[in-house]
Amino acid sequence: MALLMQEDTRFGLDKKIRLLGPVRLDSGAEFAPVDIAYETYGALNADKSNAILICHALTGDQYVASTHPMTGKDGWWTRMVGPGKPIDPARHCIISINVMGSCMGSSGPASIDPTTGAAYAMGFPVITIPDMVRAQALLLDHLGIETLEAVVGGSMGGMQALSWAALYPERVKSAVVIASTARHSAQNIAFHEVGRQAIMADPRWKNGAYYGHEAPSSGLAVARMAAHITYLSEAGLTEKFGRRLQNRDAKSFGFDADFQVESYLRYQGLSFVDRFDANSYLYITRAMDYFDLAEPHDGILARAFAGTKTRFCLISFDSDWLYPTAESRRIVHALNAAGAAVSFVELSSPFGHDAFLLEAPEMNRIVDGFLRAGEQ
Amino acid sequence: MSALRPDLAIIAREVRAGARVLDVGCGDGQLMAALRDAKNVDARGLELNAHDVATSVSRGLSVIQGDADTDLAEYPDGSFDYAILSQTLQTTKRPDLVLDHLVRIGREAFVSFPNFAQWRIRFAHMFGGRMPVTKQLPHLWYDTPNIHHVTIDDFRSLLHERNIEIEGQWFLSGNKPRADRFANLLAQHAVFKLRRK
Repeated sequence: MALLMQEDTRFGLDKKIRLLGPVRLDSGAEFAPVDIAYETYGALNADKSNAILICHALTGDQYVASTHPMTGKDGWWTRMVGPGKPIDPARHCIISINVMGSCMGSSGPASIDPTTGAAYAMGFPVITIPDMVRAQALLLDHLGIETLEAVVGGSMGGMQALSWAALYPERVKSAVVIASTARHSAQNIAFHEVGRQAIMADPRWKNGAYYGHEAPSSGLAVARMAAHITYLSEAGLTEKFGRRLQNRDAKSFGFDADFQVESYLRYQGLSFVDRFDANSYLYITRAMDYFDLAEPHDGILARAFAGTKTRFCLISFDSDWLYPTAESRRIVHALNAAGAAVSFVELSSPFGHDAFLLEAPEMNRIVDGFLRAGEQ
Repeated sequence: MSALRPDLAIIAREVRAGARVLDVGCGDGQLMAALRDAKNVDARGLELNAHDVATSVSRGLSVIQGDADTDLAEYPDGSFDYAILSQTLQTTKRPDLVLDHLVRIGREAFVSFPNFAQWRIRFAHMFGGRMPVTKQLPHLWYDTPNIHHVTIDDFRSLLHERNIEIEGQWFLSGNKPRADRFANLLAQHAVFKLRRK
């Protein structure tokens, strides 16, 4: 009974655990101890076969389907996860984990380095997407979950899902990869570099040692503004804002936010700095830029999935120019060459990369059918 | 299993249990689902229409959105026991190249198509002087997906030219099978089982 109660405490909302680790990082370093903040919804079934891991995007977090403690907003993927949704706590044991390097409770640059008693800041090791996945695997070991029914993620979450399938093929029955890529393109890296340089150019950044002082929020806000443009489509921006002016009848002939789109971006930037750490932004964008699943396989992506038994479902959106359909097709091609069971569809949406977070009935229908087929 | 379209029923009957199948232009996955459920076939699909792909995937099938004209080149030689192309040949830009891919990817291939030389169509053309619109080919000339109408004899001559062997052939009038004799004149649909020589 005591054991059972102890087991129960591993599951639930807003959990945090310190694991001994270490995580062996791609850089060659070892990282320990490893703090992991996570949430679970729904119960693990008797044969532990209904666990689904949700992987979040760059600025996402573990609050997939519960209220965000800082913003008070609903979870970021309540359209996909929740009662009656494709990923349903009534049927699945849903796990979401704040990635390593982030700032919502898992080890990241803002965490306290136990050896110094101060924040790691730039002393935090440079990590990769596979490193994040290795840390997640440690947590699953702790939860006693050997095999995942599915790993599901959009954008950077999709990179993690692909990495899970490549690193731990025997632990992943199905992978759902939405609006994602198997490598960061030059354009992807370029946009991230703009964001990083904006942060580093903020005098308050102080080489990352700003904890306890004012944060480089101007730089971080600019980084967010630049990135946010890449999440939307030109058509979407035009539809939403056009050239409409913000609360005024005429141009001001000044540099206020005359246009609605300027006002919107400024708001996106300002509201972001309240909930996100600038150094985390540096580390996670770096991890994404380093991501190239084919690199350890002489550039041949199919080899990353050789002999895989994992089922794959990929979805892209036609207006997503951040991770365009061609990137998903490249993955599909590789999975085909590896003989994997793979499904792929490009859905139509005016909303660009962000489409995966929005209402998309066709996406839900596909994910639901794909998961249910794996449950038979 | 819901009633399959007659040409699909023939293919479903002929496919070996447990085989690996690529269904090119699989639509909403009806044939693949039937093959999986009745014959434990490992079926993969390729389909251009996103909504049909979504329906197939929601049936638990592995289907990739793609175009027979451009995407078949990605599949390795002999990677499937059967490659199937049902009611799709006449919609492709280059039916000859698609056919080459089919018999390359599949150790055997099934191809079914509406026969444009069936007598009703000939009549409509000859006496109506217009592009035929029939129950089997209900589209008007300007919005038909069937951009390469083909007859049974045309198809046979293409097979000969491409060095492709006929392993089986079935003909249909409406839903009923019909004899090989005068098929080019009398059959509405044809199903061929093929293999590269």
